[in-house]
Amino acid sequence: MQSSLPENLIKIENNLKSLTRTRSIYSFLSIAALIAVIYSGLIVAETGNATSIWVGLPKFFDYPVDLFVGSWEYGYRWNLLLLEYLPDLISTINMALFSTAMGTLLAFFLSIFSSRNLIKSKTTVLIFRRIMDICRSFPELVIALVLLYLLGKSALPAVIAIIIHTAGALGKLFSEAIENVDKNPIEGLESCGASWFTRIRFGVVTQALPLFLTYTILRFEINIRASTILGFVGAGGIGEQLYTNIQWKYEADTIAIMFLLVSTIITLDYLSSYWRKSLIGLKS
Amino acid sequence: MIKVEKLNKYFGDNRAVNDVTFEINKPEMIGIIGRSGAGKSTLLRIMNRLTDATSGSIFIEGRNILSLTKKDKRAWQKDCAMIFQQFNLVPRLDVLTNVILGRSNIQGTLRSSLKLFTKDERVDALMALDKLGMAETALQRAETLSGGQQQRVAICRAMMQQPKMILADEPIASLDPLNARLVMESLRNIHREKQITVLANLHTLDTAKNYCDRIIGMRLGEIVFDDVPSSLKDDVAREIYGAEAEEAFEPTVTSTSLGDEQFAEAG
Ligand SMILES: Nc1ncnc2c1ncn2[C@@H]1O[C@H](COP(=O)(O)OP(=O)(O)O)[C@@H](O)[C@H]1O
Ligand SMILES: [Mg+2]
Repeated sequence: MQSSLPENLIKIENNLKSLTRTRSIYSFLSIAALIAVIYSGLIVAETGNATSIWVGLPKFFDYPVDLFVGSWEYGYRWNLLLLEYLPDLISTINMALFSTAMGTLLAFFLSIFSSRNLIKSKTTVLIFRRIMDICRSFPELVIALVLLYLLGKSALPAVIAIIIHTAGALGKLFSEAIENVDKNPIEGLESCGASWFTRIRFGVVTQALPLFLTYTILRFEINIRASTILGFVGAGGIGEQLYTNIQWKYEADTIAIMFLLVSTIITLDYLSSYWRKSLIGLKS
Repeated sequence: MIKVEKLNKYFGDNRAVNDVTFEINKPEMIGIIGRSGAGKSTLLRIMNRLTDATSGSIFIEGRNILSLTKKDKRAWQKDCAMIFQQFNLVPRLDVLTNVILGRSNIQGTLRSSLKLFTKDERVDALMALDKLGMAETALQRAETLSGGQQQRVAICRAMMQQPKMILADEPIASLDPLNARLVMESLRNIHREKQITVLANLHTLDTAKNYCDRIIGMRLGEIVFDDVPSSLKDDVAREIYGAEAEEAFEPTVTSTSLGDEQFAEAG
């Protein structure tokens, strides 16, 4: 199938694949972080008894069972816990939404000035490309950890980190999309005496928008995972609640939070693939 | 009125336009002929300021339009509408918006970008569309139209600019016979009704002879012929077209016209 696609479509296909791969890596990271949190919780609990890791390990596998047993014992009020932690979930989603929105805006701005078909000055293009390279060369988790250390525990470091990385990563994809648009419509507008901005508004944005949205939705999914993980290390939201509840061994709460997280991620996955399909459908 | 003087354009070492000089003193319908690579498109693109010339000048009513920059340059582009072989509409926008964007220079960036068009603009656009039988497609996306329909929409957009002249770069090269005729007829009608100059690159000799009052022949960037169609002898035309002569000499679609008027002229 791929071999029959034109070169620029293959590139888009590859970009989408690599975004999806990043999303999988972040899913995996979330799970790894969760296990680490559970495990560290167990070690803390066991240090009093001075047991080694290897004695603690069988207990680690007991833990999932304990979680369900604990929740069962909690009784019918368990579903009220879902409501209790909903605000934290919303705050994590908000964090991801806000930073994706700001990052996308910055990405759009950066991508315009990094596209050779819109900017005549080679130096300008080079400078803006360099800025984007730097922005995306550090994963948001790394930037966030440094900022959390510098600025203290709050949502701000996480938001800043995600914005920076999103701007760089999406900016590059956007600029590729822009450089692939058909130049004829832009030239048509230029020949009428339309301003530079009008040319971009109609000549570029109308053509590249479906691709912009597709990339942005995938990035949003990645950022939800990133915000959750960053919660573990002090950025607030549902991740932080999960961490705290595991530490305190509140089994019912832990299960409720995991349930919220998993259903959010599954729902978003469905919505996202639905949106993407309808966007690509519009394109043809 | 229009005076092109010693115009040159180099692409690297390639001299695409070579010391081109000519004058247009009254509204005329002019056909530019020549084989591909002769510099026809480059010449038109320089006149519309899509491409910068290497040297030379173009005086329009005493003003050198090649020295205009920014706002003045765009104001000139508004006065000098251009029609392209590939139509160059915005494919995902509806026909009406495409046409109204012909006014974007006057509207200003903010109003254009937000599509805050006035009622007058919509009425003008619809009337222009109606004139070319395209009013029914006003709300369709441009990309859903056939080539011939898109070119007619492009002519409407050009008319929205209220231009002082029209440049057409191979306007019928991608069209079927019927649409080719429709497009050439409308260009000539515009020339007559609005009394403006139409400068069209035409690949085939027949079309140029049938529709134009004057033919400019280009070869290797130079003007090698500039006169009324009747004085273009076959051997000169062959010289202009070179290896492409066979193709260019073929009697074409546009040689029989649509209306009675043209039959009268031909006879
Ligand atoms: N953007 C460009 N870059 C480099 N060379 C060009 C460019 N546009 C045109 N040329 C060259 O200039 C010459 C004239 O081209 P053009 O004006 O398109 O001819 P025509 O329209 O008569 O076929 C050709 O040799 C062509 O290869
Ligand atoms: Mg050409």
